Amino acid sequence: MSGQLPGLAGLTSVVSDRHGYARQWKEKTEGKVMGYLCTYAPEELLYAAHILPTRIVGTHEPQSVTEPYIFGMYCPFCRDCLAQGLQGRYDYLDGVLIAQSCLHIRQTWSCWKKYVLPEGQNYYLPFPNNVSSPSAVPYLTQELAVYKKGLEEWLGQEITDDALDHAIETYNTNRRLMHAIYAFRKQEKPPLTGKEAMIITLAGQMMDKEEHNKALTEILAALPDRNLDRDTGVRLMIVGSEDDDIAFLNMVEEDLNATVVVDDHCTGTRYFWNEVPAGENRLEAIARRYVERPRCPSKDWFARTRFEHIGRLAREYNVAGALLIQQKFCDPHEADIPPLQKYLEDNGIRTYFLEFDLTVPLGQFKIRIEAFLEMIQAEDLF
Amino acid sequence: MSKVDLYPTEPFKCWGKAKELRTRYYEKYRDAHKNGRRRYVGGAETLDVLVAAVDPEAALMTAEPYGASIAHNPKFSRACQEAAAAKGFAPDMCAYLRNWWGSMYLNKYIDGGEFPRPDFAFQSHFCCMHAKWFQLASEYLNIPYFAIDIAMGAPNDIAGNQQRIDFVVNQSLEGIEFLEKVTGNKFDDELFVEALHNECEATALWSEICDMNKAVPAPMDQKTAFSFYVLNTLSRVDPEFVAFYRELKDEVADRVKRGIAAVASERVRFIDDCQPPWSFLQFFRYMQMYGAVSVGSVYSFTLMGTWDWDGEHLTPAKTPKELGLTFKNREEALRFYAEWNLVKKPIMDELGAGLFKHQYMVSMVRDWNCQGAIIHYNRGCEGASLHVAESRLALMEAGIPVMTYEANMGDDRETDPAAITARFDAFMDSMGYEKLYH
Repeated sequence: MSGQLPGLAGLTSVVSDRHGYARQWKEKTEGKVMGYLCTYAPEELLYAAHILPTRIVGTHEPQSVTEPYIFGMYCPFCRDCLAQGLQGRYDYLDGVLIAQSCLHIRQTWSCWKKYVLPEGQNYYLPFPNNVSSPSAVPYLTQELAVYKKGLEEWLGQEITDDALDHAIETYNTNRRLMHAIYAFRKQEKPPLTGKEAMIITLAGQMMDKEEHNKALTEILAALPDRNLDRDTGVRLMIVGSEDDDIAFLNMVEEDLNATVVVDDHCTGTRYFWNEVPAGENRLEAIARRYVERPRCPSKDWFARTRFEHIGRLAREYNVAGALLIQQKFCDPHEADIPPLQKYLEDNGIRTYFLEFDLTVPLGQFKIRIEAFLEMIQAEDLF
Repeated sequence: MSKVDLYPTEPFKCWGKAKELRTRYYEKYRDAHKNGRRRYVGGAETLDVLVAAVDPEAALMTAEPYGASIAHNPKFSRACQEAAAAKGFAPDMCAYLRNWWGSMYLNKYIDGGEFPRPDFAFQSHFCCMHAKWFQLASEYLNIPYFAIDIAMGAPNDIAGNQQRIDFVVNQSLEGIEFLEKVTGNKFDDELFVEALHNECEATALWSEICDMNKAVPAPMDQKTAFSFYVLNTLSRVDPEFVAFYRELKDEVADRVKRGIAAVASERVRFIDDCQPPWSFLQFFRYMQMYGAVSVGSVYSFTLMGTWDWDGEHLTPAKTPKELGLTFKNREEALRFYAEWNLVKKPIMDELGAGLFKHQYMVSMVRDWNCQGAIIHYNRGCEGASLHVAESRLALMEAGIPVMTYEANMGDDRETDPAAITARFDAFMDSMGYEKLYH
């Protein structure tokens, strides 16, 4: 079987009409919708409160509305996200949550609070940066308790342990399903492309996890028999900042002899990698999951954990080359990329660096990646 | 020259001492090993009180001031920037950091000698790069490294959320374990409290000095203030630095009493924002051609000064000695130390949600008798430039004239003096001021 994956059309539709999806969900369930910035946001807490967490992402369209609000030297992603708010596209949100990570996205949140949704249930969760500290989990547990209390006061109802258990199980199921789908990409001829995987992950960040789980189950059932009518080509991984540039992946896989088989970025494995562990204290369990997840470089200190994790992914997925994708001006990734390049090259994984902006020059990137692929393939020959 | 009344003015008597203390600081760090001392590195916000309790003789070199010192020497700075770039680091990263790393990679110190290798790094983290800075340095130099996360959100919110103070206290206890291990010394609570009192006095004194700049004419201009505030960025536990601030406070008080101006022709006052472009401090002298003076900023007042905020006004914070506080045990002292750094420094808001910074700025314009604000859109620091555009909007909404300019605190390749002065000329023209001299 080749052709469209069952379930994928629905997910593609969610990604392309995310606002329509959220509005319909809100109307159907009479629930609330909370936008979130950064995948350190503890979605389980929101889900347990019958709130749809939806990740705010941009649309890669040139814009100038954010100029008065965010200095141009901050990353295009944070400005693109704010642009969506300023243009009224997220007018159905009941609030915006940020879990503290990088500097840039904080401005998106503060501007959203001041200028887009001042009356919203907006919250700045001071997520610890020192996730290496033994105190990080107890600290975050307390912050989650404060946030939970605030949500309960806003909603006028308790977030019960049963509700938390249901949310945790739903999210953990989602993560297991994503792992199962990703495992197929280890095959010599992966039955799904990197572009399809990104759509699946991105849709999951925007939709009700129970609905996403249904689609994933459908996809999982179809994958064993799916045979893509294409040459896998060079096996690549994508590592880097937030990246939801589907057009870029389409170019790499449709126009060039390559397949993106795995990734380490927050519209990929970093989002779903680890589960909430079992625990009597549900908030502590959720805190542990987010503290111990694959780290954003802004939190990967003192000792590094990212590089070994990325190296392991590269080996398990039999990667030949890594595209290091960095959102322009992203300091945390800029600090990590040179040593990461060395780490991967020392471990036999060729690397190529690309700086992303709001839009990417597909023609120029195609030539550059083509040369990179030729380099890898030439090495295979000799 | 246009006719304008001139205030009496005179140079600061303690100016030379400030310069001497700073020079000796870098010499002390360089010569530490020769004198049987350890060297360590960390940021300007590093919790050096903890180190003082374990090794009071250790010589610290703080990161950002060293980066700024390099920036003031454009030739060396460019060499450092290029050395960092050659290692693959992007030019939009923190300019201080690239200067610092470049100095390390070139193995060149600011005095021309070899880069003095530290024995360990002890850092506090509040912007994206602080912890990464010394992660890379420690890997390159192969030295032990520890960092304490102090990015806890807005000071106004921290006060009601003790768990944030607890987190810093707990990390401090972990940091003490690290320090005892790397030095082989035990943490001395008496030395800790002594150093803590020094820090509190140093930062409180600086706030009192800044507070006196409300006077008209201003006794101290911002360019001069940068040479004074820097001592707190080098060390807040050094008794010599504390003594200097006592002396400076007395001198500023005297200048206020006698009406001595920093700028004789003062007729229009501003606050500014962010670090200045260190390669173009001359901008502050250029302002004087209009009788304009920058009297301070949230940056220079609150990075190394401690304040209380009542919702409308900033007032210098009282030290524990002034409040009659004593510390029963180590944890109590650590708690106070954490609160002093997190709750009493308004600048911490800027690095968090940024919900209050514009309020501080509007308040400063009014309380410091200013007619406008000048905001440096600083390409060299994503921390200090956080929320600058929002500050501009808030000031405009409050009816306060605002000028912005884009430059780089630590990379003169991104600083265009002619463009900056042209913008300032236009700004002054818009406010109805002509140059007093050319």
